[in-house]
Amino acid sequence: MFGFILRRLAVAIPTLLLLIIISFVLMHSAPGGPFTQERALPPQVLANLDAKYGLDQPLIVQMWTYIVGIVTRFDFGPSFIYPDLSVNDIISQGFPVTLTYGAIGFTLSVLFGVMLGIVAAIRHNTWIDTAAVGVSIGAQVLPNFVIAPILVLVFTLWLRWLPGGGWGGWPYWVMPIIALTLSHMASIARLTRSSMLEVLGSNHIRTARAKGLSERAVIMRHALKPAMLPVISYLGPLFVTMITGSVVVDMYFSTGGIGRSFVDSALSRDYAVMMGITILVGALTIFFNLLVDVLYAWIDPKIRY
Amino acid sequence: MLLEVKDLNVRFATPDGEVKAVNGIDLDVERGETLGIVGESGSGKSQLAFAIMGLLARNGTATGSVRFEGQEILNAPARTLSKLRAERIAMVFQDPMTSLNPYMRVSDQMAEVLMLHKGMGKSAAVAESVRMLDAVRIPDARGRVKLHPHEFSGGMRQRVMIAMALLCRPDLLIADEPTTALDVTVQAQIMELLDDLQRDFGMAMILITHDLGVVAGSCERVMVMYGGRTLERAPVDPLFAAPTQPYTQGLLSAIPRVDQRGSRLSAIPGSPPNMTRPPAGCPFTPRCAYVMDVCHQAMPPLVTFEPGRSRACYAEIERVMAGPPPVVEMPEPAAAELLETTAPDLTNALPDAAVAGAGSAGVTPEGRRP
Repeated sequence: MFGFILRRLAVAIPTLLLLIIISFVLMHSAPGGPFTQERALPPQVLANLDAKYGLDQPLIVQMWTYIVGIVTRFDFGPSFIYPDLSVNDIISQGFPVTLTYGAIGFTLSVLFGVMLGIVAAIRHNTWIDTAAVGVSIGAQVLPNFVIAPILVLVFTLWLRWLPGGGWGGWPYWVMPIIALTLSHMASIARLTRSSMLEVLGSNHIRTARAKGLSERAVIMRHALKPAMLPVISYLGPLFVTMITGSVVVDMYFSTGGIGRSFVDSALSRDYAVMMGITILVGALTIFFNLLVDVLYAWIDPKIRY
Repeated sequence: MLLEVKDLNVRFATPDGEVKAVNGIDLDVERGETLGIVGESGSGKSQLAFAIMGLLARNGTATGSVRFEGQEILNAPARTLSKLRAERIAMVFQDPMTSLNPYMRVSDQMAEVLMLHKGMGKSAAVAESVRMLDAVRIPDARGRVKLHPHEFSGGMRQRVMIAMALLCRPDLLIADEPTTALDVTVQAQIMELLDDLQRDFGMAMILITHDLGVVAGSCERVMVMYGGRTLERAPVDPLFAAPTQPYTQGLLSAIPRVDQRGSRLSAIPGSPPNMTRPPAGCPFTPRCAYVMDVCHQAMPPLVTFEPGRSRACYAEIERVMAGPPPVVEMPEPAAAELLETTAPDLTNALPDAAVAGAGSAGVTPEGRRP
């Protein structure tokens, strides 16, 4: 197991390198650049800017400088659009925000999603099941750009309970978390329900019942683990998606998270910010997929690495 | 009387309509005796067992009466059933490959039974489990108890299942096709094991099988089921020597015999009825060689014609005993009706009866173990 983790971490390095190379090439092959503006800059200014940020160098040299900067100084370069900020500054300002609402939202969506799914499966074909499925489908088909303004309307404009935007103490967290969580909770609930139903129909559950175990023990001790396997493989990538933020949430609630920075950087060709966030998401994805594999081995004794 | 089942019916609600899996079954089991229930796939024998245990699938309902030591247990509250299961009535399932929890160590799966019913501590329960694994002849039980089910072979897993079922020394063991998923040599070992354990522990057993060789070897009384109904009930010896019901006769003649070299192995033509639309009369009518007009009208009653022996058939005993009429081809009306009443699922078309007994490698009635 320990060897497996080391091997996977070793594979992560070339994977990330490949990610950097491909994103770098794709990004630079898109038309325009960070200093392309509606009113064109004088050629001399443009040439000076390009020289300052190294954009006049061949792509391979730019990439080499970039990678060397990351490896030796953990320096992801300066932002092209905000001259006073480095990529590290932008991420260290925005990431704590998305990490906060993302991690809380993730915890809540797993907690309630799994509970809702299990209850619906246990009460299969009763009104509880129908209601749970109905609520899940509703939450899943309502996009967060619809839910977000409704939340603002109700809690900020009508009830005047919560601030409509910005970032500070917990009152600022509530609406972003709700907007982010609902649809993910619904997906988890539906996944848990179908997985649990399948497990409850399996032979070893009948054996557990034949032992005289209470229904509660049958579910908690025998059905929960296998039913969670497909859910867990879904949760790894989901966690990364949630903690790296949502552009809709960041825009509506002006939270200042990196979800918005990512989209802004892509639109304004802020190469360094775009690369920085891409690498962050890539590294997190690799790490949490590894975590999922480790969890799998812990749950399923047939999986040994 | 240990177990008394009266007029048991099992119904399943399916998208294709109601499946009448078990229809008006009566049976009883005395302490320490072995009752065999025989019939081909889809005859309702497993569902009968699940209904007794209260383990029917979600869409199944059971009506009638099941009394265990006089106490009604059919549709009893969960608490009552939980006390009985494993402690008084235990069950061994058909498929040992999937019937154990693949995510738990054998020690945990076995120990939880004793911890629940006997209030034992974990280590005492594991020690007792090891003793039981020794009893079912698992070599190095102490070492293997810590393994997961996938580290055992099929035969070993079925031994584990049996050991788990016997942990509380139940009064009744229901073994649902305990050897079907296993290969021939292992089948014989498991049956021998069950016989020995039954004698040692003095428990009663309901042995469900489509393998008449297994019945001949282990049972005192036999009940033949078809289409969810009892067609014949008799002690083993007269049943094998002189079957009085056309279906029983068909089952027995479908066993390959080592002592009759060169003779043709006969099969029962056709396949079991579709139980969403069971025939109005006897369910065996479409495949029966002795069929009469009355057979299509109503189910013949189960009549006791001598002590301990009963049959459900309109044809006279003498006529059935004389052997089937030499019909080479199936009569037209019967064939037409067959098409109408058989299940669309043709994967079940090969009657188990055609292969029954093949598995027990020549354990013919004459080869019955003393």
